[in-house]
Amino acid sequence: MNIALETRGLCKSFGALTVADDIDFRLESGARHALIGPNGAGKTTFVNMLTGALPPSSGTIVLGGEDITAMRQAKRVKRGLGRTFQINALFRRLPVLDNVALAVAERCGVARRMLRAASAHGDVREESMELLATLGLAEDAGVRILDLPYGKQRLVEIAIALGLKPSVLLLDEPAAGVPSLESHRILQVLDNLPKHIAILIIEHDMDLVFRFAQRITVLVQGEVLVEGPPDEIARDRRVHQVYLGEQHHA
Amino acid sequence: MSAHAGGYSADPRIRWIESLPWIVAVAAFFALPEYLSLGARILIYILYALSLDLIVGYAGIVTLGHSAYFGLGAYVAGILAAKAGIGDPMVQLAAAAAAGALLGIGTGAIILRTKALTLLMLTLAITSVMLEIANKATALTGGADGLSGVIVAPIFGLFRFDIFGKTAYLYCLLALLIGWWLVRKMIYSPFGTSLTGVRENSLRMHAIGAPVYWRLVLVYTLSATIAGVAGGLITQTNQFVGLNVFSFESAGELLVMLILGGVGRIYGAFVGPVVYLIAQDLLAKQFPEYWYFGIGTMLVLVVMFARGGILGILDSILVKLRRRP
Ligand SMILES: Nc1ncnc2c1ncn2[C@@H]1O[C@H](COP(=O)(O)OP(=O)(O)OP(=O)(O)O)[C@@H](O)[C@H]1O
Ligand SMILES: [Mg+2]
Repeated sequence: MNIALETRGLCKSFGALTVADDIDFRLESGARHALIGPNGAGKTTFVNMLTGALPPSSGTIVLGGEDITAMRQAKRVKRGLGRTFQINALFRRLPVLDNVALAVAERCGVARRMLRAASAHGDVREESMELLATLGLAEDAGVRILDLPYGKQRLVEIAIALGLKPSVLLLDEPAAGVPSLESHRILQVLDNLPKHIAILIIEHDMDLVFRFAQRITVLVQGEVLVEGPPDEIARDRRVHQVYLGEQHHA
Repeated sequence: MSAHAGGYSADPRIRWIESLPWIVAVAAFFALPEYLSLGARILIYILYALSLDLIVGYAGIVTLGHSAYFGLGAYVAGILAAKAGIGDPMVQLAAAAAAGALLGIGTGAIILRTKALTLLMLTLAITSVMLEIANKATALTGGADGLSGVIVAPIFGLFRFDIFGKTAYLYCLLALLIGWWLVRKMIYSPFGTSLTGVRENSLRMHAIGAPVYWRLVLVYTLSATIAGVAGGLITQTNQFVGLNVFSFESAGELLVMLILGGVGRIYGAFVGPVVYLIAQDLLAKQFPEYWYFGIGTMLVLVVMFARGGILGILDSILVKLRRRP
């Protein structure tokens, strides 16, 4: 198996607080990999370092065989690294279509053009509409994010990332805040994501994690506690201790 | 006259109502010949406010230092005319634009690395430095006495600037028309949409691979260029430049005009200067002690109750009227 994304000895501290402690991590191409751990374990921080939003204190990040540790965020995106946010980071006053089209336009290199109107770029519009249709958002294309129900906003989070056609996709709690009754839509979308995309998902909902992931990494206080296939993780006593009283999965 | 947001779902065609400002401007030319010099001043301020709207309203860069570029344009045109003996108005304007652009890219590249309050303070600092330079370089600028003896040759060698301000008015109107057309085109383009994206959520813009910093530097430079042209125009129509072009009040006043008209809607930059400068002309001389008090009160009311400015109020009235059976 090819390695899509890898970290070696990744560390990060905020002052005296260590939130990433020598993390060695591998994401295989086309993988369905979950990163779990209690609140404040450093999961989001890890993702922020992978995307370049935060510089690591030390260690290396390798994307598709290339050392990207010092690479700018925009360049990593061009290399195929996409992400979503735990807390919605959407263009709130823009319609759903534009939220996705902005990403598509960046990927296609039309985003800096000034001469023709944005809406005259039919290719960007069409691709964005198709993407929205696959996520069941076609009818909401003209709705501003402000006026969109929260559950659908979470889907737009994913749609924007998919507009980048990433080869590695980092999903930071895609179902966060969505009532479990509605979260099946998100699960459906996750199940239907293109198989060639390597996916790292951060999630607290253990049902979702065990259904979706083929591999699980458990992060506790910035350290990798254990990593393995779901059945091994489910049997691991240390994991149970960390999650004691939180959830039990057979 | 709803907000002009641009974007991938927006219809970029010019609506009939958008011809209204131009009809009013031409009508004013014929109907109010004794007010043409005030008219030219208003037209220039509209262009200046339009340049500010581009960065404040669309890209979300809050600045109190836009007079740095306006003032530089004004002085460059003035120095060419009064000291270098270059009377051609097109050359003066081109030089004012180039100066605005150069200062825009130079300062933008530095200050746009910062955010929020730091950015605001840096914009203020730039204007203060410019003011001090203009104050000290008396040989070139005339210092506190200002720069007089500004000679502007006929436009294209044909149209002489007359004492009634007819030529100046039409000249400024033409400059504004071109500026408006360019700004509007930019706002509706993918570039303009990406600026709105930065304003709405720069975190996400980074995450979709947008070179946020460079986009901001570019729009800042374009805006500074337009402000430089507006500055050049004010020198040409006044045939004089004073230190006040760099003053903090003039930058603040411009922001007030834009907020009053409505931020991020193109035509807010038209309505604001018209209302503000006409009110100033009518009231400030009669009631100088109440002028700033009145403006302050009005600004508080707009910010508290009518975030969209005058155009925002018109918008909501129109919406209510349409809802009625
Ligand atoms: N910019 C920052 N400065 C200082 N401390 C930070 C910063 N960002 C995160 N932290 C701290 O780092 C720790 C890890 O935060 P992080 O958001 O990565 O956790 P997480 O595993 O994603 O948690 P959750 O499950 O709640 O999302 C927390 O204690 C947090 O308070
Ligand atoms: Mg988190």
